[in-house]
Amino acid sequence: MSEAVDGRRGALPPGVSHSPELSERLRGDDYLAGEGLSTAIFLALKLGRPLFLEGEAGVGKTEVAKVLSRILDTPLIRLQCYEGIDVNQAVYEWDYARQLLHIRTAEALGMTEDRAHFEDELYTRQFLVSRPLLQALEHHGPMPPVLLIDEIDRADDEFEAFLLEILSDFAITIPELGTIRAERPPVAVLTSNRTREVHDALKRRCLYFYIDHPGLEREVEIVRLRVPGVEEHLARQVAGAVQRLRSMDLYKPPGIAETLDWTEALVALGAKELDEDLISATLGSVLKYREDQQRTMGMALSLLAGTGGA
Amino acid sequence: MPENAAPGAAPPILDAAVTFGRVLRRAGLPAGPDRVVEFVRAVEGLDVTRREDVYWAGKITLCSRPEDLEVYDRAFRLFWDEEEPRLVSPPKSRLSFSLTEDSVQPPKKTVEKGERGEEAVRLRYSPVDVLRKKDFADCTPEEFAELHRLMADLNLSGSLRKSRRLGPSPRGRRDARRTLRDALRTGGEPVRHRYRKARDQPRRVVLLCDVSGSMAPYSRALLRFMHAGVASGEPVEAFVLGTRLTRVTRELANRDPDRALGEATRAVEDWSGGTRLGDTIKEFVDRWGQRGMARGAVVVVLSDGWDRGDVEMLAEQMQRIERLAHRVIWVNPLKAAPGYQPLARGMAAALPHVDVFLSGHNFESLEALARAISGAGRYSSPLSARL
Repeated sequence: MSEAVDGRRGALPPGVSHSPELSERLRGDDYLAGEGLSTAIFLALKLGRPLFLEGEAGVGKTEVAKVLSRILDTPLIRLQCYEGIDVNQAVYEWDYARQLLHIRTAEALGMTEDRAHFEDELYTRQFLVSRPLLQALEHHGPMPPVLLIDEIDRADDEFEAFLLEILSDFAITIPELGTIRAERPPVAVLTSNRTREVHDALKRRCLYFYIDHPGLEREVEIVRLRVPGVEEHLARQVAGAVQRLRSMDLYKPPGIAETLDWTEALVALGAKELDEDLISATLGSVLKYREDQQRTMGMALSLLAGTGGA
Repeated sequence: MPENAAPGAAPPILDAAVTFGRVLRRAGLPAGPDRVVEFVRAVEGLDVTRREDVYWAGKITLCSRPEDLEVYDRAFRLFWDEEEPRLVSPPKSRLSFSLTEDSVQPPKKTVEKGERGEEAVRLRYSPVDVLRKKDFADCTPEEFAELHRLMADLNLSGSLRKSRRLGPSPRGRRDARRTLRDALRTGGEPVRHRYRKARDQPRRVVLLCDVSGSMAPYSRALLRFMHAGVASGEPVEAFVLGTRLTRVTRELANRDPDRALGEATRAVEDWSGGTRLGDTIKEFVDRWGQRGMARGAVVVVLSDGWDRGDVEMLAEQMQRIERLAHRVIWVNPLKAAPGYQPLARGMAAALPHVDVFLSGHNFESLEALARAISGAGRYSSPLSARL
């Protein structure tokens, strides 16, 4: 698009100028987003704002970033957060081994006389290892890359504050080198499982969307879209069973990821029809807590199979 | 104000957005001016005349927590659809105690022998060491005020654990960055090797305080204790267990104790009701604990263990917490009574999953609690401490 270089503007894929078109495009790449989510993604792209996604595990938060990188045809740069992640792991690190080697070589060749100059040489781009955030800023190409900052709630406050700076300016200052600014701000997607409340200041920089479990019809559609070779009948039964499981007050209600795993397991077993034996044989792919499994086994599995649903 | 149901048709969207922002703020959503501007930009990026577009644009830009979503929906219908405002004022919360200092008259349980008035007068200016041992249920308002000052000095930080962050240290892993920095000073020869090591960090402390009717004599003091913890700046989370679970960390974070307690009291809707301890603790584990808040944390339950609900449920939930947490501490004010036996069914069910069992009826016992939280004392055999 023509508004490309003013630095703040976003990156809509070519041919998309309205939210419904984007929704179609996402669907074409096997991602079914409801109206809310596709509007959120559309706005994030159009306004060039980071998108902050929250929701239960397995509802497809990370998937959003992946599908975006496909429809924009740009690399996906992923930063998995964890406790204690710091600048050296997230942004850049100097390549000490190479620097040391360089010193030795220079010494051997007697090139270290001009000390100031030599030190400058040690801190140049060639000795810098770039980690995900720097990679995202340094990317060159027609479209900005997709930067996925996954599970931000696992990182700590210090890192969050640091991220705040990057997400507002899309620039990083490396003391020895100077400031590196993104040609075009990357499409940033942040996800959180809400194990910890992320700071308001960070959220304020972002568009916020809470992804819910899908309704029955959409889940059936998702299953059919994502699991090749599944028949409508089975897809409907599985989705129905999962919906019932979600209403059952379990420790970990299954997400869409589990629905897909389960369907794949069933398809692999050549199932055409969900019955009690199949359910008890494959329950491990949907419910991952022993208590949850016991609770489910306790009730009539035929109820889960939804024999009336056929 | 919006004229017709079709949003933004006649009035410029900006005016409508600003007014809407004000409505949301009044409804408790932190929709500051920056958010409102973002909202306008979002709407302009979509179709201003479509209701759905305005709805989603607002939701995406003005909300930032799951709790906001419902408030937003209601406000949106009210404002843009001009729905009849049905009883906008939320049901007044039923507070069992107001916050003015002198309105708290904890039921006098043990001092009912006719000498109550006399003793209260005598102890009004009781020396600190007497006060420290005095049961909260017997304290006068003045003594409470004094206790609150003492509590502010309690250090409530969790026992230390190894953080994943590395800091300089005389030995440990090699620190290539700093070694090389030094090497430059010595002509590229790494004469002095530098090391770094994982830093120690206090564990998160999660306080769950029961405020059911039977805990009333102690609720106020324990809430004040929670405030001391949260306001200290250490990683402390606070929840109130009533008929429902309420997270009060944000409210208690205010440094001014009276304002903090005031806000926390307003946030909790069900003071002194009956508790279904098992259900509320389950809510905690489901919504917060399992996702990470209780993992590796020190979890403290402040309750007398009276559970009107299913005791099995309580046992099961305590077992879940036990598996997640680093240490589980149960504080029961009734434990101080001579010859106490954990007869409350809930208490008996929970005890097998508790690492440390303490009393918490007076200031001294809260000091013991603070020690247990920081892991200073050895409390290896909790169940023996029961007798």
